Amino acid sequence: MDLDKFKVHGEPLIYGAMISIALATIGILVGLTYFKKWGYLWREWLTTVDHKKIGVMYILAALLMLFRGGVDAMMMRLQTAAPEMKFLDAQHYNEVFTTHGLIMILFMAMPFIIGLMNVIVPLQIGARDVAFPRLNAVSFWLFFMGAMLLNISFVIGGSPDAGWSAYFPLASLEFSPTVGNNYYSLALQISGIGTLITGVNFIVTILKMRAPGMKLMKMPMFTWSVLITNVIIVFAFPVLTVALALMMFDRLFGSQFFTMANGGMDMLWANLFWVWGHPEVYIVILPAFGIYSEIIATFSKKNLYGYTSMVFSMLIISLLSFLVWAHHFYTMGQGVMVNSFFSITTMAIAVPTGVKIFNWLFTLRKGRITFTTPMLYTLAFIPIFTIGGVTGVMLAMASADYQYHNTMFLVAHFHYVLIPGAVFAVIAGFHYWFPKVFGFRLNERLGKHSFWWIVISFNVTFFPLFFLGLMGMTRRMYTYSKETGFGPLNMLSFVGAVGLAIGFVLLVYNIYWSTRYMPRDTTSDPWDGRTLEWATHSPMPVYNFAVVPKVQTRDAFWSAKHDKLPLFEDKITKIHMPSNTGKPFILGVIFFFAGFFLVFSMWIPAIVAGVGILIMLAAMSFDRDHGYYISVDEVNATEKKLMRGETV
Amino acid sequence: MKIDASKPLEYSTEENSNKIFGFWVFLGAEIPLFATLFTVFLVMVDRFASGPNGKELFEIGPVLIETFLLLTSSFTIGLAVHAMRLGYKKAMMVFMALTLLMGLGFIGIEITEFVTYVHEGATLQTSGFLSSLFVLLGTHGAHVSFGFLWGTAIMIQLWRQGINPATANKAFIFSLFWHFLDVVWIFIFSFVYLKGLM
Amino acid sequence: MKKKGPLYALFLSLILLLPGCSSLAVLNPKGPSARTLSDTIILSILVMLGVLAVVYILYIFVLVKYRAKKSNEGYIPEHEEGNKVLEAIWIIIPIIIVAFLSVVTVKTTSAVEKQAEDYKDQTPLVIYASSSNWKWHFSYPEEGIETVNYVNMPVHRAVEFRMYSFGTITSLWIPQLAGQKYAMSDMLTTLHLSADTEGSYIGKNANFSGKGFAHMEFEALVMSSKDYDKWVKEVKETAPKLTEEEFKGLLATDFLGRKTYSSTHLEFSPPPGDHSEHMSGEGKEMDMDNGNMDHQNNKDIHPSPEPSSQTEFDSKPNPEVEQPLPSSPVDEQTQNSNS
Repeated sequence: MDLDKFKVHGEPLIYGAMISIALATIGILVGLTYFKKWGYLWREWLTTVDHKKIGVMYILAALLMLFRGGVDAMMMRLQTAAPEMKFLDAQHYNEVFTTHGLIMILFMAMPFIIGLMNVIVPLQIGARDVAFPRLNAVSFWLFFMGAMLLNISFVIGGSPDAGWSAYFPLASLEFSPTVGNNYYSLALQISGIGTLITGVNFIVTILKMRAPGMKLMKMPMFTWSVLITNVIIVFAFPVLTVALALMMFDRLFGSQFFTMANGGMDMLWANLFWVWGHPEVYIVILPAFGIYSEIIATFSKKNLYGYTSMVFSMLIISLLSFLVWAHHFYTMGQGVMVNSFFSITTMAIAVPTGVKIFNWLFTLRKGRITFTTPMLYTLAFIPIFTIGGVTGVMLAMASADYQYHNTMFLVAHFHYVLIPGAVFAVIAGFHYWFPKVFGFRLNERLGKHSFWWIVISFNVTFFPLFFLGLMGMTRRMYTYSKETGFGPLNMLSFVGAVGLAIGFVLLVYNIYWSTRYMPRDTTSDPWDGRTLEWATHSPMPVYNFAVVPKVQTRDAFWSAKHDKLPLFEDKITKIHMPSNTGKPFILGVIFFFAGFFLVFSMWIPAIVAGVGILIMLAAMSFDRDHGYYISVDEVNATEKKLMRGETV
Repeated sequence: MKIDASKPLEYSTEENSNKIFGFWVFLGAEIPLFATLFTVFLVMVDRFASGPNGKELFEIGPVLIETFLLLTSSFTIGLAVHAMRLGYKKAMMVFMALTLLMGLGFIGIEITEFVTYVHEGATLQTSGFLSSLFVLLGTHGAHVSFGFLWGTAIMIQLWRQGINPATANKAFIFSLFWHFLDVVWIFIFSFVYLKGLM
Repeated sequence: MKKKGPLYALFLSLILLLPGCSSLAVLNPKGPSARTLSDTIILSILVMLGVLAVVYILYIFVLVKYRAKKSNEGYIPEHEEGNKVLEAIWIIIPIIIVAFLSVVTVKTTSAVEKQAEDYKDQTPLVIYASSSNWKWHFSYPEEGIETVNYVNMPVHRAVEFRMYSFGTITSLWIPQLAGQKYAMSDMLTTLHLSADTEGSYIGKNANFSGKGFAHMEFEALVMSSKDYDKWVKEVKETAPKLTEEEFKGLLATDFLGRKTYSSTHLEFSPPPGDHSEHMSGEGKEMDMDNGNMDHQNNKDIHPSPEPSSQTEFDSKPNPEVEQPLPSSPVDEQTQNSNS
């Protein structure tokens, strides 16, 4: 056994990371033992199949990854803050920007959104859980283990270093001989399978488990966005699955898909990657549109303007998202015709997106707008995202893109799209739905402080990059000379990044502070909400609704409050619930080891782990546990307690 | 769990009907998966470098046997579902066993084919064409192998528990999977073998 | 509620003042191709500023007018379904804008993909630009000379770059002369450019290609045709010939300074087949060649062995592939550039 390949030869930075990871792990283990929380952890979290808890775990993991990705970002900005910086060397810089991209998209934005989806969608449609609660746990644990597998690469064996798009031949064994890109293919594969299962699960949940009376065109906008997103997941993720598998075959078994000789074709990777990659952008942005729609309606006290056109614009965006992939490489020399086609399809996306912007503005119009923290993020989204959108149209023009491609202009553009389009949305959704899950609000004053830090610093960080791009600064440069004149703007950008870091630290401090000092919200409806999730208690009982609601209008809860349309008419009956199971967690752990062994080409352990996976699947198939019932008396007792404002 | 007697057993509970619908959605994801593999294959089909091309490599005999086995097994799994609806446990088990045996035969022939290819010097590493061929056929073959294990697990449950909403549901979903693999094979047969032999 | 509109305006003007227009290389073109692109960019910026203005004005208006205040306390907004006419307006106007920009895109894309109008009667000067880790090789087949990490060309002359790569995908970009285009290992791409003004321009690889990426810059020197001819003559007389041995050495070296030779590598290592639409003359091969054509020649001079032979179920990465990396590529480069 050659132990050398596990080592990462690094500097103090790497050793620092190793020590902090080790210390954190030991800290958690000791803490769990000291407070005797092992049993609690196992019973309440690791084995849970409750969509709310799974959602919370997704969000916690996403917050954790936000900080990992954020530290990567800070390192990059610091390294480029001034010419000829010596903070990171080229190899580490390459690893850092690669993992930054991977983590932020796949292990931060997506799980954050899937977490919110998990918590909210069943509540919004008046269901008691998702269609397949156990598969939901499988999804989470596969995602989580994939994320962990990518994260340990930093200290064991080395991280992927060929960019998050991992273009071949750069990502081939020949040009990237470390195990970094093995981690890439396997970590993404494992979490990707989890995401695919989520996609199936939520399509079935939304299509088959809505409360009676909730026709498709009466669904809340967030649920609509989630439905469309999951359809995109189901069609886009298999392409990634194949691409990653081919990458793994190329790197581990010497196949000739993307090689430079023997009939390999490096451009094939770029095509496969972006056939998945562009829909992926909409996978994180469409649910954000849904979140914003809910928040805008709530805080302008109005129903959403142009509901039908909102739904259709999302459908059109989802269709177009599969027809634009080549705009990521106009410069590949495919000729005027092909480039023109993709230019037009790309620009066409601006039309439905514009429809949404105007519908939001007209929802605000004639409303009564209150500026709560979630609403502030939403309102900041509109002008900032519009900048992202219009620069997107500029980039879509193939000819002009010959000058923007691979430059900081592009980097500025996609941060202007993804940060307001996804990050602000999940933070807004986090503040908005936090009281639903935990029964108290986050502090508004701290929330607004962190909002202003984040929004202003965001612009200070990324606006200069547009100009750096036009000055000719390419992305992914770990250093540049003084003569280029890139220095001052990069320094400004670094200052902004520090501000962003302060904003995010404030956000976390707010969570801590609010947990300790915020009073309980006894109303269950702190924002005067419009949709069904506010019709049950906060925090909600395990069965969500004691009685399944009957829906008559789009804003069902609003109608119940203001037009006195009855929601809960039926009598309480016994409720069927799925039982907890540890199998998804164990399956996830085995997947983690299978992935790890494959990364290092340890065939025999990998085969053993593979057999382990099959055994776990069989165990799940043979499982005859069909759940349990909560009796009417129990439900009544719980409801009484919740009415009195006690926790259960 | 409420059992709706008006529906076939495999659809009789809400959970059951969700599972069947969910499996259709999953097959919806399998389509882009195989479509991507076919696209890769079609891109690579002429890139055989110094290795053999399809015409030199393929033999129609074993492929026809494979096709025959898989098509027939699709028929027998249909019979198994039919027997299940009539409540004939024994007949159902027999048809399922036949299906799985034919599946096993298919895998056996496919493996023999692979071994022959490798002996002729046509390996995964030889050329882009062969890489895509092996991965496309291998993915389908892996599905069939997984189906064999899965089907066996379902047969054990049927044997132990008899035909009830849970086992009927599993067997029905398995039949969907098996039919799907048959459809994929028809595409492989036409676009890989027939086109390659032409 | 603080309004963000004015804040942005302030911010924008501040930033605009900072770098000044001349340092924005992309908007300071020195040739027809780059000028077309610069004009396109400025046009699109103007159109987009118009779009932004509409959104921002509407945004500020609704936020100011409809924010919750004492005077409208207790006001419950009415249910509002939407408005077909209004929604049609904000569907149709964007479609018109997009259609307009599409026309501009198609026109300008085809304009920069061929020889510039002003020079269209000239036979272009063909320069093969090939990349290897982490250098650019420029071969002048007509003159029979080759340079590394710098390229000289005559002013007012149509130039046609034909690009390919000995490894990773790279992108040849001389921002002040033309947009970029990829150089790849199994196809040839074409970039048309010409310069109106003599001068030295920065050229670079724009596509990330590994550790030495940040240092993959070259100088594009545009000189009068007289000076250019003189330079060619001088090179032919004084520079050494590029032998296959020597070229292998070049490919295997990570960082090089400038080099000049009086023969090209194209003779013993022909470029891959051409996929470009805009061919001028010889050397055209089919798009979908069989892959075996591509590299049989390049293969033997490839800087590192192909992975296929070693990786057959072999867990260890090929030791020869792992080239020791200089602890600091910057130092390495500065050392080399003196040579």
